[in-house]
Amino acid sequence: MVELGIGIRQLHDALQRRELTATDLAEDSIARIREWDKDVQAFLKVTEDDARQRAKVLSGQAPQGLLEGIPFALKDNMTTRGVETTCGSKILSGYIPPYSAAVTEKLEAQGGNLVGKLNMDEFAMGSSTENSGYFPTRNPWDLTVVPGGSSGGSAAAVAAGMVAFALGSDTGGSIRQPASYCGVVGLKPTYGRVSRYGLVSYASSLDQIGPITNTVEDAAIVLQAIAGHDQRDSTSVRLEVPDFVSALSGDIRGLKIGLPKEYLDLGMDESMRAVFDTAVNQLRALGASIHEVTLPHTAYALSAYYLIAPAEASSNLARYDGVRYGFRAKDADNLLDMYNKTRSQGFGTEVKRRILIGTYALSSGYYDAYYKRAQQVRTLIRRDFEEAFEEVDLIISPTAPTTAFKLGEKTSDPLTMYLSDIYTIPVNLAGLPAISVPCGFISGLPAGLQMIGKMFDEATVLRAAHAYEKATDWTSRRPQIAKGGRA
Amino acid sequence: MDFETVIGLEIHVELATKTKIFCNCKNEFGAPPNTHVCPVCMGSPGVLPVLNEEALRLGIRAALALHCEVRQSSKFDRKNYFYPDNPKAYQISQYDEPIGEHGYVEIVVGEENRRIGITRVHLEEDAGKLNHSAYGDSSYVDFNRAGVPLIEIVSEPDIRSAEEARLFLEELKAIMQYCLISDCKMEEGSLRCDANISLRPFGQEKFGTKTEIKNMNSFRNVQRGLEYERSRQEKILRGGDAVEQQTLRWDETTAATILMRSKEDAHDYRYFPDPDLPRILLTGAYIEDRLKEIPELPTDKRNRFEKEYGIPGYDAGVLTASRALSEYFDETAKHVKDPKVASNIIMGDVLGYLKTAEKEIDELPMTPAHLVELVGLMENGTISSKIAKNVLKDMMESGKAPKVIIEEQGLVQISDEGQLKAIAERVIAANPKSVEDYRSGKEKAIGALVGQVMKETKGKANPQMVNQIIIDLINQA
Repeated sequence: MVELGIGIRQLHDALQRRELTATDLAEDSIARIREWDKDVQAFLKVTEDDARQRAKVLSGQAPQGLLEGIPFALKDNMTTRGVETTCGSKILSGYIPPYSAAVTEKLEAQGGNLVGKLNMDEFAMGSSTENSGYFPTRNPWDLTVVPGGSSGGSAAAVAAGMVAFALGSDTGGSIRQPASYCGVVGLKPTYGRVSRYGLVSYASSLDQIGPITNTVEDAAIVLQAIAGHDQRDSTSVRLEVPDFVSALSGDIRGLKIGLPKEYLDLGMDESMRAVFDTAVNQLRALGASIHEVTLPHTAYALSAYYLIAPAEASSNLARYDGVRYGFRAKDADNLLDMYNKTRSQGFGTEVKRRILIGTYALSSGYYDAYYKRAQQVRTLIRRDFEEAFEEVDLIISPTAPTTAFKLGEKTSDPLTMYLSDIYTIPVNLAGLPAISVPCGFISGLPAGLQMIGKMFDEATVLRAAHAYEKATDWTSRRPQIAKGGRA
Repeated sequence: MDFETVIGLEIHVELATKTKIFCNCKNEFGAPPNTHVCPVCMGSPGVLPVLNEEALRLGIRAALALHCEVRQSSKFDRKNYFYPDNPKAYQISQYDEPIGEHGYVEIVVGEENRRIGITRVHLEEDAGKLNHSAYGDSSYVDFNRAGVPLIEIVSEPDIRSAEEARLFLEELKAIMQYCLISDCKMEEGSLRCDANISLRPFGQEKFGTKTEIKNMNSFRNVQRGLEYERSRQEKILRGGDAVEQQTLRWDETTAATILMRSKEDAHDYRYFPDPDLPRILLTGAYIEDRLKEIPELPTDKRNRFEKEYGIPGYDAGVLTASRALSEYFDETAKHVKDPKVASNIIMGDVLGYLKTAEKEIDELPMTPAHLVELVGLMENGTISSKIAKNVLKDMMESGKAPKVIIEEQGLVQISDEGQLKAIAERVIAANPKSVEDYRSGKEKAIGALVGQVMKETKGKANPQMVNQIIIDLINQA
């Protein structure tokens, strides 16, 4: 079998040399999904017939672009024309979108071969993929632990070698945290870098699509493919997209890296601290200079996030009312009853919790105290970063305070669950680009290093992550599943 | 105790854009249900709004035409509520930073000039439309209207009678039409009006408790609804009771207001800035350009017509009711000796013709230049005013130049003195009774003689000349 995790460029080269065909890659992807996904449960839908069809067409020719013939999958909150898109929610079961997301169009236009839709926490609300309305996904490194979330299906599918890459979405850490838990690379681009057209909104001012890949170079290749202004998304930015791949020089000598002192007090456990310290030393050894920086409003980030995101969500999710599409409850007596029953039965607990929090935060008489206040905090957090970035080029932290936890461990305590995003949330509030790159193992489970860049400076983030990856080789470690044996 | 009526209006005006406000679907009335829809205006998962600049331009133009200050920085907010015609379950609107504020409209009530304040003008999207099945068992939603651009205009509570409310609306409609902002057809819903009304004793500053009336779907119904509600409230107050704050619906068939909901059922719309749409930031130059798009407005035009053309205020009012009509008159009046003649023809013959023919002025084949020519031919005596009427009718139907018609039908007025004198002599000889009457002081008797000459010449004789010739002939005899 082909090793789908060897890197997109390597797969592309093999295709070009005609050692492999797009059909080989598609068949390999499908075979791995068939064999392993009953355990991992990363996929909500496998589009195997379409993928075979597509591969057949693509096999007839030598590939032009890097993504031609490469099997990938999408988090199920990105629309795919004609293919069910559920956002991991019962309320959208059976929903077939009439159009494809901007990212779907772009990847398909560049020859990528979509093999399926990936599991997620319902409407991207969660940190373990246990909030999926269908089933939880398991971590390929250990089937008893979570893959993280909300893009858990994306991280698990890439880690298990079922696809060469996947897209996730990141509102408070939903790309980076699962990438960290699954030992893969996850990049959240700057807000506005990638079109959100066709990304089903959770919190519009925070959501951003990004790649989950095996290597940093893959992340650069995929970002290149999906970045750029889209007139269908008014929040996407009219900026030239730099050549991310050629930015991967391997050289970070003289790079100024900041360590936020506030992050070290945020419940990071000892073993994570040790792994992180080692990473810091490795970066120093590569020629970067390490500086302490301060992000004084960090302590308020989680509270601000859990007002802003639910407030936007309460409005964004209001359209799931049973009128036009998706699930509609039966036996309703009247319109109000139909709304109530549809939404009560269609949404899961965490989604309902956040809708209630958000509705409350926006209610008249509370708006100033909650939503408006949270937006003010957000401004302060953004300023914290701006000031820190006057001193340094990059800010680093662990991606999450711990490695992946056991399935069921935190489901009864949402607040503890929320804390797993403590390092990633401030980045979304500030709109900055950040990557999670594997940085070691703790008791056999992967840990991730987060690198945060300046606005629209994904190039530096990728360059640093790439240099670190080359020096450490953590990304080449694969779980047993990906190697073809039992985990 | 006498009560003063206090009225404030909320008007929704659909903007005459080619496409909807946040997507590329057509903005067109009357298409089959759900044919002008797309994922964006249907609120499909994952779609995003993109502001149609034409809607923004028209919104700013409207604000400026209502003498509002235009904000250089404003934003869109979400108004959250559940209803099947509201596909996203929120309406994109403007809450605390409307595009325009602090404007006014001037109207003439009787002899008095009144200035009605405009609190705000804001941009928003329209909702779809519900159609209920005749059997009452189901409802159908038509999303063609969802996403049609609207402006909401809120007046100050400056209106003091139902009639004033109607006059204000008529003026507002004329302004919107003049500026090509909207066709303002109430029957098609492109202009809709809700009203707040309360009463207070004359001299009292504090407002009384108000009610809101919805569903008044014509100017006449606005006036009727407000008159009804005014007397309803007055009865309550005279009976010593208090008016309850309510939302009412005007019911045309029973000619009464009906309770829709009371104050306790008021919605909390949970407004917040729409994160999908960036701020609207306008330069001074951009706003200046919109100002240049505003033509002379009805009030100014009315005043100018009175002053420049010396026509009565009533005429000026009628002739400025629509932009097209006012331009038609303007083009004509400018080039004739006596603009009142042009005013009479347009107000009488032309408007009368259009009404019977069920046509608009811009569908009239007769050009102002031809009308000028016709008036000129009357003034220089080429044709009589009686002939002119017939020629005019032909011109309005065929669009032919008056000279062409006159030539084709041989209608040139006979102004040849010798020719007229010969006919007049014959008539005088044949009607000694009339001559006798005239001589004995019945001046009117001359008319019968003139009429005879006109009859013999099939109306082509110059009546003034005939009149003089007959008088001269009788006096000479």
